[in-house]
Amino acid sequence: MQRSKFLKATLVAAVATVALLGAQPAAAKTFKWANDGDVNSMDPYARNETFLLSFNLNMYEGLFRRDKNLKLEPALATKVEMPSPTVWRWTLRQGVKFHGGEPFVADDVVFSYGRAAGKGSNVAGNFVSVKEVRKVSETVVEIETKYPDPLLNDKLSQIGIMSKAWADKNNAQFTADMTKNEENFATRNSNGTGPFKLKLREPDVRTILEPNPTWWDKPEHNLTEVIFQRVANDATRIAALLSGEVDMVYTVPPQDTDRIKRTAGRKVLEAPETRIVFLGFNQQLDELPDTSVKGKNPFKDKKVREAFYRAVDVEAIKRTVMRGQSRPSALMIGTGLNGYDQAADVRPKFDPEMSKKLLAEAGYPNGFETRMDCPNDRYVNDEAICQATVAMLAKVGIKINLVAQTRAKYFAQILRTASDIEKSPQISFYMLGWSPGATYDVHNVFESLIQTPSKASGKGLFNAGGYSNKAFDALADKIEQETDKAKRDAMIKEATKIYLDDFAYIPLHQQVVVWAAKDNVDLVQLSDNYFPLRFVKMK
Amino acid sequence: MIAFIIRRLVQAALVMLAVAFIAFAMFNYVGDPVAIIAGQDLPAEQRIELRKSLGLDDPTPVRFARFVGNAVQGKFGLSYRTAEPVGKMILERLPATLELSIVAMIVALCVGIPMGVFSGLYPRHWLSRSMMTVSLIGISLPTFLIGILLILIFAVLLGWLPSFGRGDVVKLGMWSTGFLTVSGWKAVILPSITLGLFQMTLIMRLVRSEMLEVLRTDYIKFARARGLTNRAVHFGHALKNTLVPVITITGLQLGSIIAFAIITETVFSWPGVGLLFLQSVQAVDIPVMAAYLVAIGMLFVMINLIVDILYFVVDPRLRSSGAKAGAK
Repeated sequence: MQRSKFLKATLVAAVATVALLGAQPAAAKTFKWANDGDVNSMDPYARNETFLLSFNLNMYEGLFRRDKNLKLEPALATKVEMPSPTVWRWTLRQGVKFHGGEPFVADDVVFSYGRAAGKGSNVAGNFVSVKEVRKVSETVVEIETKYPDPLLNDKLSQIGIMSKAWADKNNAQFTADMTKNEENFATRNSNGTGPFKLKLREPDVRTILEPNPTWWDKPEHNLTEVIFQRVANDATRIAALLSGEVDMVYTVPPQDTDRIKRTAGRKVLEAPETRIVFLGFNQQLDELPDTSVKGKNPFKDKKVREAFYRAVDVEAIKRTVMRGQSRPSALMIGTGLNGYDQAADVRPKFDPEMSKKLLAEAGYPNGFETRMDCPNDRYVNDEAICQATVAMLAKVGIKINLVAQTRAKYFAQILRTASDIEKSPQISFYMLGWSPGATYDVHNVFESLIQTPSKASGKGLFNAGGYSNKAFDALADKIEQETDKAKRDAMIKEATKIYLDDFAYIPLHQQVVVWAAKDNVDLVQLSDNYFPLRFVKMK
Repeated sequence: MIAFIIRRLVQAALVMLAVAFIAFAMFNYVGDPVAIIAGQDLPAEQRIELRKSLGLDDPTPVRFARFVGNAVQGKFGLSYRTAEPVGKMILERLPATLELSIVAMIVALCVGIPMGVFSGLYPRHWLSRSMMTVSLIGISLPTFLIGILLILIFAVLLGWLPSFGRGDVVKLGMWSTGFLTVSGWKAVILPSITLGLFQMTLIMRLVRSEMLEVLRTDYIKFARARGLTNRAVHFGHALKNTLVPVITITGLQLGSIIAFAIITETVFSWPGVGLLFLQSVQAVDIPVMAAYLVAIGMLFVMINLIVDILYFVVDPRLRSSGAKAGAK
């Protein structure tokens, strides 16, 4: 009896296994998804933009990669050592092959980093601290840096490794050269070690990937094919999801989320993005352009900045302009990133009465008039946020003339020019957004947005308003080179307090990344808005 | 005759030079391309390097001369957005736009002419009146709205037709065609209706008024007096004479259909030159915008040149004055 039961169970299990095995090849899992823009190039170093980096990291891999919580984990490197504070040494994973069959060796790493730091590359910014990349043996690579750079591994996780033999053969040793009239082979082809390989590339139409059968890692996804299509129009893209032509859409306009939620079999995924949208003041010029205050710059007075801060109601912006899709922030860095300090993330209270009092104390009992610059096609509802801000400031007596324009003209106007970094742009009050791109660390925010613009150090390039605090500058420079985590964190806390107490900026919120998909698609939404296909599962 | 054509060619060249200048002017006034190419965190020295390598620091006349020189050879440089040669990008997308435009024009003719004939013959019939009303909608509704309504009905609610894209295409040398696959034909239906609707109503109204006019002329009365059948009168004599202006309009409208397919292509994500242009505008991809402008300018200049020459061939009066002018 007992025996027959056991037999029966075994049989059932065997049949089930056979059925499962038999079913697997038949159940082709083709995952179709759409975005409003195309991947601009298959070359992983062509543009320093989230979508391109994210897409191409499905085919190319770095020495490290990010897991579901954005923490680094080994990919093409298996071991990392630091023989000295300025030398990193990586042991490479063995037995890895590129999609084209070439074995992965140390030469590929040295070549790829040279290519990424070289002519035509757009991701060269990650190699500022690098002095030399050396091959130690076939499986060991070293980088020597000019100064201790604790964030090097983070930066390098974005740099996919390309096959040297393949690039040499196809004359793609450099990223596309914009001055020539010929395209680079790597613009339309790809050869990495990643979980997916390129099957078909039709620019602006579709890009088809298929799993890499010889991938070194065990696939978590169950896809047999991935079709990425570009659908530029918002309404059409949402229609394609509702009609079932695509399984997932990557960007969803805020006004369509409710409709998708109401549709059976479709779901909406939302997560705060790492980017902080904020307002800035010109604190550098002695007189602001287009303002009623002559002979002095009111924003140099901390009281005026605080008055502005307390007059802006971010909760109201969240409720009305953003339709709930924002996460108000007191910090210049978003949740989930290194250096985010929850204890400090408390906004000074919204208090228009106090604003009026502060303005009167500063010598502007009747307010004043000034200009605000704002993009109208860069951040979610950017122009509407500025309009709301103008209305809120009007209530405390500040009259603002809003100038909203397209991003190309906007950035050209408000940003500092790299060749003359210390010269203030002609702006007074403005909006900007920032995400600490490659490093996911607050130091990137400090050196780009908060440190004093300086020709000597090259810092502060995006500190358009020219906020300057010597104590902060000194701390930020120390943070850059500190490798002891506890000490570094303490300094970050201190620096954060300085810029908050100074009301250097008015941080508004993190946008919410909105994706939508069919119910049968399992995917992981990361707050950096990367979309690794290796986490996608279809039922 | 030859002098006439040469004169026209010189005019065409001047027009093209003007178009080229406008296209070139964009390089100066549509924002800073380096800010677009470089992204936010490229180091300062590399920005300067990039400016230099793109030749953005040279004086304006030098840059214009270089632009025209390259344009004549069909070289518009690399796209700022994708780093592909601009000429190749436009050539690759041209078949999609041409196929869509031609299907749209055929739809417009095949539906517009019969409707125009019918409403011309029976102006008081209820069907004619309702056709006139519908055509008013076709003229007044904006293209993107018609497109989105069609998508909503035929793709989302009924699920019969795809909402975007071109379906599967077959490559015939340089040309990629969607006419050889079922999905290609399915995909072209909605966009061609959207694009052709305005032309259809235009043609219908044109044919109708021409028919009404022709039917009042003496030779139609004589034809009837001869005892010809209605069919012979309507289609053999009346329709034939209404078609001259229709052909002229069709020729000219084909140019504008190709040039202004931008909106339809955007709504349906149709991978043609219009969509390419729009995406290039968003990315301030000036080389593509400039090349597109020059190409469309070229198209119109060519169409006008052909029409001029055709008039010359068709109309004997023009020919004699042209001959005189040539003799001077």
